[in-house]
Amino acid sequence: MRSKKPSAVIASVLKYTFLCLGAFFTLLPFLWMISSALKTPAEIIKMPPVMVPEVPQFENFSTAWSAAPFGRYFINTIIITVLTTVCVVITSILSAFAFSKLKLPGKNIVFALFMATLMIPGEMLIITNFITITKLHWIDTYKAMIVPWVSSVFYTYLLAQFFMQVPDSLYLAAKVDKCSDFKFMTRIMVPMNKSAITTIGILNIIGCWNSFLWPLLVTNKQEMRVLSTGLIRFQTEAGTSYELIMAASCILVVPIIIVFLFLRKYVLEGVSFSGVKG
Amino acid sequence: MKKLFGHYRLRDFKGYLYLMPALIILLVFTAYPLFKAFLMSFQEDYSIINGSYDGINLENYRELFEDDDFLKALTNTSIYVVFVVPISIVLSLMVAVLINNCGKRSKGIFQTLYFLPYVTSVIAIGIVWSWIFNSNYGLLNYFLSFFGIDPIPWLNEPDYALPALIIFSIWKSMAFNILIFLSGLSMISQDIYQAARIDSTPRLRVFFRITVPQLKPIIVYAFMMGFINAFKVYNEVFSLFQGKAGPADSAITVVYYIYDKFYNSADYGVASSAAVVLFIIIMVLTMIQRYVTRDKEA
Repeated sequence: MRSKKPSAVIASVLKYTFLCLGAFFTLLPFLWMISSALKTPAEIIKMPPVMVPEVPQFENFSTAWSAAPFGRYFINTIIITVLTTVCVVITSILSAFAFSKLKLPGKNIVFALFMATLMIPGEMLIITNFITITKLHWIDTYKAMIVPWVSSVFYTYLLAQFFMQVPDSLYLAAKVDKCSDFKFMTRIMVPMNKSAITTIGILNIIGCWNSFLWPLLVTNKQEMRVLSTGLIRFQTEAGTSYELIMAASCILVVPIIIVFLFLRKYVLEGVSFSGVKG
Repeated sequence: MKKLFGHYRLRDFKGYLYLMPALIILLVFTAYPLFKAFLMSFQEDYSIINGSYDGINLENYRELFEDDDFLKALTNTSIYVVFVVPISIVLSLMVAVLINNCGKRSKGIFQTLYFLPYVTSVIAIGIVWSWIFNSNYGLLNYFLSFFGIDPIPWLNEPDYALPALIIFSIWKSMAFNILIFLSGLSMISQDIYQAARIDSTPRLRVFFRITVPQLKPIIVYAFMMGFINAFKVYNEVFSLFQGKAGPADSAITVVYYIYDKFYNSADYGVASSAAVVLFIIIMVLTMIQRYVTRDKEA
């Protein structure tokens, strides 16, 4: 045991003070959202602001929920998020497997072209994709919000990095035992890389849940809106009822934070992967 | 087995079946729109109904660069980049270095807390920020009143719209930067720090002489991603200003401009030429980033 020097104690106190202050400002909008969602209309416009409402108004949530078809928006968002994620995981596993283990003529060229598309800003593609969806008469359908997003170059790249670490000898041994490629992929590759697959799944769930611009473009009918586009409309409709707007914002924010807290290891690893591999 | 291309057999192409789903989607929703955007950007008065156009020329580009809104979007993006990117990176680096010095438990807690803005819907939290920026009842003006500052009309005056957007974006962008800095810090060999400790090198010197140079590739990456994302800012504007680009379009951005041109004005040609300009800017930034970070392997 060695006692700490006074200067080290001061440094430690300063460090934690700074970090806690920073964390406070990071969390402030979330706390403010929840606090405002539980206020009465009178408390909302009280100056100085009320930090903790006197009597939490939990009925604000049910009022907001029924003021606009948030139940429908919620179901739409879940349907789109789940279907897109299932599809994107499948297509990414298939392509990552092909790129990492299969013998393909011209594989390197295809892979290079594949990777080159990462440089294209998705925002420039919306114009033509919007025209395509209109021509297909897919406006106001789930298809419009799912099909363009069922393939991801980034997730394929991420998975391929993990698949490549599976020794080739394993693949060759399986081939000798007359194991088909497809069987090898489903029985060996996928179970061995469960955590990488979970990572791309959860990243896609977050991205899909929060997506806004595309659902906004391809839906006109109210019943086809998702939570994010529904919330923006509700903000205009609700006018100055900020307690209801904040309650509605919670509906969009809280579920994904819960998912994140449960699976944070995968999310953090997945997102830092992009930074480290650059 | 029949030979198809030289030494390849037909069954060698079987693997392409695995790539098929991804390739089809990429062709239809990435490759074709890329090509089409370039094409439309040169077609004067393109009509979505029958695909007709008046001619192939640079008319759209001329119109684009004479449009005050587009020039405003470019200026806004430049101002945005100058403030958001460096401030966010410096703050994030400080936070990341401090978190990295914490014990295992508090490290995990801080890492999770600071990351929350990244997973949160920009739309929802942007609406919360618009409430914080409210000139009469907002939290920010209340805090500022302690310093004797009169209420600022953040979202209603053209002069303050961009600063509000910048504050929101710094808050939002720090989460990603902190995370990648932390993962970079965890990869620095502890031996270097050990040596510095034996020589009792001052902390600040350790930071500037060891930590920053070791993190250089990641810092460059953070700068470039910051630049690239700045050109794609859209949701932030939409949520802060209730679907508008700020009072008198004062907070208009490039992507907002593209959206507004093709969706609200049905001006596909000019929207496409703006998209092509966006593409070129991001291409150049990506090239610079690849070039600068290449040093580390050499």
